[in-house]
Amino acid sequence: MTALADPNAEGRFGEFGGRFVPETLVPACQELERAFHEAWNDAEFRAELSRLQREYAGRPSILTECHNLGRRLGIRLILKREDLNHTGSHKINNVLGQALLAKRMGKKRFIAETGAGQHGVASATAAALLGLDCKVYMGAVDVERQALNVFRMRLLGAEVEAAQSGSRTLKDAVNEAMRDWVASVEHSYYCIGSVMGPHPYPFMVRQFQSIIGDEARVQMRELTGRDPDVVTACVGGGSNAMGIFSGFVDTPARLVGVEPAGGAAVGRGVPGVVHGMKSFLMQDEEGQVQEAHSISAGLDYPGVGPEHSYLASIGRAEYPSVTDAEVIEGFQLMSRTEGIIPALECAHVVAWIAREAPNMQGATVLMNLSGRGDKDVAQMMQILGPSMDVA
Amino acid sequence: MSNLESHLRTVRRGGRKILIPYITGYAARWEEAVRAAAAHGADAIEIGIPFSDPVMDGPVIQRASREALNRGATLHKILDGVRLLDVGVPLVVMCYYNTVYRCGHERFSRMLAAAGVSGAIVPDLPLEESTEWCAAADAANVATVMLAAPTAPDDRLPKIAERSRGFVYAVGLLGVTGERETLSSSATTIARRVKQVTDLPVLVGVGISDAKQAQEACVEADGVIQGASVMRRLLDEGVDSVGEYVAQVRRAIDE
Ligand SMILES: Cc1ncc(COP(=O)(O)O)c(C=O)c1O
Repeated sequence: MTALADPNAEGRFGEFGGRFVPETLVPACQELERAFHEAWNDAEFRAELSRLQREYAGRPSILTECHNLGRRLGIRLILKREDLNHTGSHKINNVLGQALLAKRMGKKRFIAETGAGQHGVASATAAALLGLDCKVYMGAVDVERQALNVFRMRLLGAEVEAAQSGSRTLKDAVNEAMRDWVASVEHSYYCIGSVMGPHPYPFMVRQFQSIIGDEARVQMRELTGRDPDVVTACVGGGSNAMGIFSGFVDTPARLVGVEPAGGAAVGRGVPGVVHGMKSFLMQDEEGQVQEAHSISAGLDYPGVGPEHSYLASIGRAEYPSVTDAEVIEGFQLMSRTEGIIPALECAHVVAWIAREAPNMQGATVLMNLSGRGDKDVAQMMQILGPSMDVA
Repeated sequence: MSNLESHLRTVRRGGRKILIPYITGYAARWEEAVRAAAAHGADAIEIGIPFSDPVMDGPVIQRASREALNRGATLHKILDGVRLLDVGVPLVVMCYYNTVYRCGHERFSRMLAAAGVSGAIVPDLPLEESTEWCAAADAANVATVMLAAPTAPDDRLPKIAERSRGFVYAVGLLGVTGERETLSSSATTIARRVKQVTDLPVLVGVGISDAKQAQEACVEADGVIQGASVMRRLLDEGVDSVGEYVAQVRRAIDE
């Protein structure tokens, strides 16, 4: 059970969050809030979710200590292995919860947006399992760079539509998914993939992801006899980070969310409102939302979940950023030293740890390895060259 | 009573239906389009402030917004243009909430008032989030038009109508702006439902796609707002086509 506070009745974490949606969607958000509350407090729902997490997703995910890389950096580095979940990332934790909820609410159609494709694949998977029709919106740029995941979604029976508007990445996929939902709200369920969007999504998705932190807290005490000094994860919308932070927010651990330099909502943004929430947002003087630019499709987003804005504003968590060049290094570093190919999103965390290690000597660092790198291998092969003889 | 409301009530009292065309600010030749609309029978005109992420808009208004931004649209430039329009009918802006929030509630409301704008429609600012903006707008005598959607349960509509100023914007269908083959039955249903709970003028917008549909909607509603059908003509055919179209809708709803 997480020590993170619930949002207030208006869905706010401090000043952040809320429900800034077209009037058409207000009743749907209210209905979802009620339905989630009931389900979350229903022992049968929770038991069914636990069963799927165990028997389908393969939970609990293990911890792996990185002896080689840890020794090299002068820290004790431990990974929470969300990459080993079915479908290859933490996204399945949230999707199983929301898909069960959609069924419980009698919805037949399941809409999702996706960046790297991991949330789309998880959504298509859960929809196949539970007999829902699935439609996934993905920016046209991402359809290109994550072609393998697009095909996986289609194999799983989902319809994938390329969003052609704006920057044609995650932000625009969210816009298209919201436009679909405005038109189809009576029979469709919108499965948001991160701790973002209008209330209750940021709260609900955090609750579904808090299983990461709940498990890790117990596992860390078993493995090391104590809580970690640093808990770190990458931040796109911020769901895997909220998931692991949730287990340690009431400990003295440093909580570190790593953003891409080209999509640093907390680092470079100011408060704004888009996609239903008030949160830090990369925008210009006119309030036009800026386009993020990141090597990693999953983090290519100019906003961030409102609870991260809150944690940043009260100084409980910190949000450094790393460059694409550092990420490419981090991707290779973990692959070569540990035999684990991380998702490009997670390579951001590796990059930050490598940079920060001189200031953390002897510390125990828990990193959420939110996904595996298979989906990124083709993209990295283009960047590094097939024979890897690029400097 | 806001001057928007008194103007629209006067139209209604005169036995006429109300026609409000929408023009995206800073689209090519937008000021001429506003003048043409006013000259051909618009009772008020809605000016869109383009936004990078217009989630309530379909392809036509998305394109208009993107083109306007590419042409260098800013809030200041649009309001400077609006100030000089002097078309003799009230002007209402349509903008997404981040434009308001980034500018600051009070500053934004004062800027609208200074430009001679009578009202504001903020489609992603529902009742529960509207308190701060509405207070600032009320103080500046800018009428905040609230939206009423087909999904609203009966007990929500009176609250929306009570907070609305100028008129109530009844959302004609489940979906984003854009032209449709036929008028959705939800258009007349929502107009009727809203009229049952308020004496404010009730206009239907979103998905009213031609003169005939406008006429059908006006069986229940006090008037219509026409967006995509106007902007498609402006983008693809030019200003004259906007004037002709507004005149055609005018004739249809005056019959
Ligand atoms: C492996 C992985 N990690 C992280 C993310 C970013 O999402 P979030 O910040 O919500 O965890 C993604 C998104 O696609 C992902 O695939």
